Amino acid sequence: MVFQIIVTVIYLLILGWLTYSGYKGTKNASDYLLAGRQIHPIIMALSYGATFISTSAIVGFGGQAGMFGMSLLWLTFLNIFAGVFIAFVFFGKRTRKMGRNLDAHTFPELLGLRFNSRFIQAFAAIVIFIFMPIYTAAVLKGAVNFLSAQFGINYNTTLFFFVILMAVYVSMGGLKGVMYSDAFQGIIMFGGMAFLLIFVYSKLGGMAEAHTRLTDLYRQPEVMEQTQSMAANGFRGWTSMPAFNSPYWWSIVSSIVLGVGIGVLAQPQLAVRFMTVKSNRELNRAVVSGGVFILFATGVAFTVGALSNVFFFDDTRQTALTASGAGGIDGIIPLFLKTYLPDWFGTVFMLVLLSAAMSTLSSLFHAVGTSFGRDFFEKGLGIRNKSVLLTRAGVLVAIVVTAVLAYVGNEVDATFGMIAQSTSVFFGLCAASFLPTYFASLYIRSVSKVAAISSVVTGAFVSVLWLFFFHGKNATVIGLCVRIFGKNHLFAGTSLEKLSQVDSILIALPISIIVLAVVGLATKRKPGLEQSHIDKCFYGVK
Amino acid sequence: MFFGIPDFWIALVYLLCIGSTILCVVYGLVNWNKGMDKEDEEISEAQTWAEEERHVEEKL
Repeated sequence: MVFQIIVTVIYLLILGWLTYSGYKGTKNASDYLLAGRQIHPIIMALSYGATFISTSAIVGFGGQAGMFGMSLLWLTFLNIFAGVFIAFVFFGKRTRKMGRNLDAHTFPELLGLRFNSRFIQAFAAIVIFIFMPIYTAAVLKGAVNFLSAQFGINYNTTLFFFVILMAVYVSMGGLKGVMYSDAFQGIIMFGGMAFLLIFVYSKLGGMAEAHTRLTDLYRQPEVMEQTQSMAANGFRGWTSMPAFNSPYWWSIVSSIVLGVGIGVLAQPQLAVRFMTVKSNRELNRAVVSGGVFILFATGVAFTVGALSNVFFFDDTRQTALTASGAGGIDGIIPLFLKTYLPDWFGTVFMLVLLSAAMSTLSSLFHAVGTSFGRDFFEKGLGIRNKSVLLTRAGVLVAIVVTAVLAYVGNEVDATFGMIAQSTSVFFGLCAASFLPTYFASLYIRSVSKVAAISSVVTGAFVSVLWLFFFHGKNATVIGLCVRIFGKNHLFAGTSLEKLSQVDSILIALPISIIVLAVVGLATKRKPGLEQSHIDKCFYGVK
Repeated sequence: MFFGIPDFWIALVYLLCIGSTILCVVYGLVNWNKGMDKEDEEISEAQTWAEEERHVEEKL
């Protein structure tokens, strides 16, 4: 316990020093919002990775891998290919150049200035301000779940102290400090995850032996009995994909893999990082460390999550989900680490998860705060000279709302897998609302202002409608549908019930794309933008 | 059977994860010195000058 406290204090002191260094170097709005556009490529890549990978990925999605198995690795593939390669090479370079041409400081501001629309900027800010706390609550819950298991303190007490710690940490302000400390935390995460992978594989007799044992596990009579209800939903073992078109197949492919894997391309807190470097050369260099970092961070979490079943079964004759008991899906990884890893590594991994949580939370709070202060009040409503003050007020409101949601989230049925589900909801909403317009803003010169507005509004509206009334899992937990219509979701009891398994990203994103294309073609001759403005946007963009 | 994994789709995704990481590394290394145009250099230099001037002013 004393060792844990000493290590934690040293970690927090280093973090405080890095954040203060960034704070001291913050002299103006560009420093505060974009770290002066002079960030080193390695720091940018580590900051991007540490922001992208949170306790949601390690605890939430790692727990999902404990339940569903290695099929989660499809998300790792998309995280690397879409989240790093496509994002940096095809979105990042143009975002950086256009952001500089237009002097944009935030993601909503980039979209707003590109289409010369205060409405788009304010609307995007509202979407971020209202819905991002759902994701921040998931990240917070992941950290609190682990810390309460590690220290044996109850969930609510841990939540209270961790929220106080985060409030102090983010109040020091500015993206420069956030990115410096992100990079430090990224290094801790990389080291911790690399050790975890080596430890687990060596304990199970090597890579092939570990996978074989996990494959054979499903044939054990006790396991067959414990996974009977899962098999009815398409489960076929931890080293196989679920049966095609089964409820589990839809849950993994549409909600987890596509929802998060595609949604990452339109994440405001990640897109803004492309604008923090001075040239595309930095982005080329960042691709190297970004790809390797994401492979280790998510690939290890999902592999270890699946392999935890072998440890639990050898020890207790139970699967990971059964052993987790009341902890449910979100309790699998904390219980595994607490039970089967050496004590000293428990302390090291506590820092890994603290790093994963704090790096993501600080960036999310920064994004929510700037949406509130700069995008909505300063640019949307025209309230001048109070940008930083309003941003800090936005951060404070976001912290309080996040804490309340994390508290409520702990009361949700443990089998819901609140962490991964909430993350998927926010990523899917961002994809449907922003991705078509974001892509068009970077690649299609002739797309009109009306088309962009129509697509953003339609994507957000259809996403929310689907979440609240049609998607079985989410609509049931939200509970609004049952209060209004008397049934959990509107497909219940109809011949279309199968559709309730389909995630909103597969409905709202195509509709948002179609609206952009149809309205764009209809208004092609009246784009609502001066040619000189479009030329300015695309100056040097290639 | 690929490293103890019997399922084609899981074996495939293992290879895709490693393949996409290699793609990132190779792309980054091949383009390591590309992407800095004249305008970027000028802006960067101007920012560095402004930064240095600010430091001098602060010291004074």
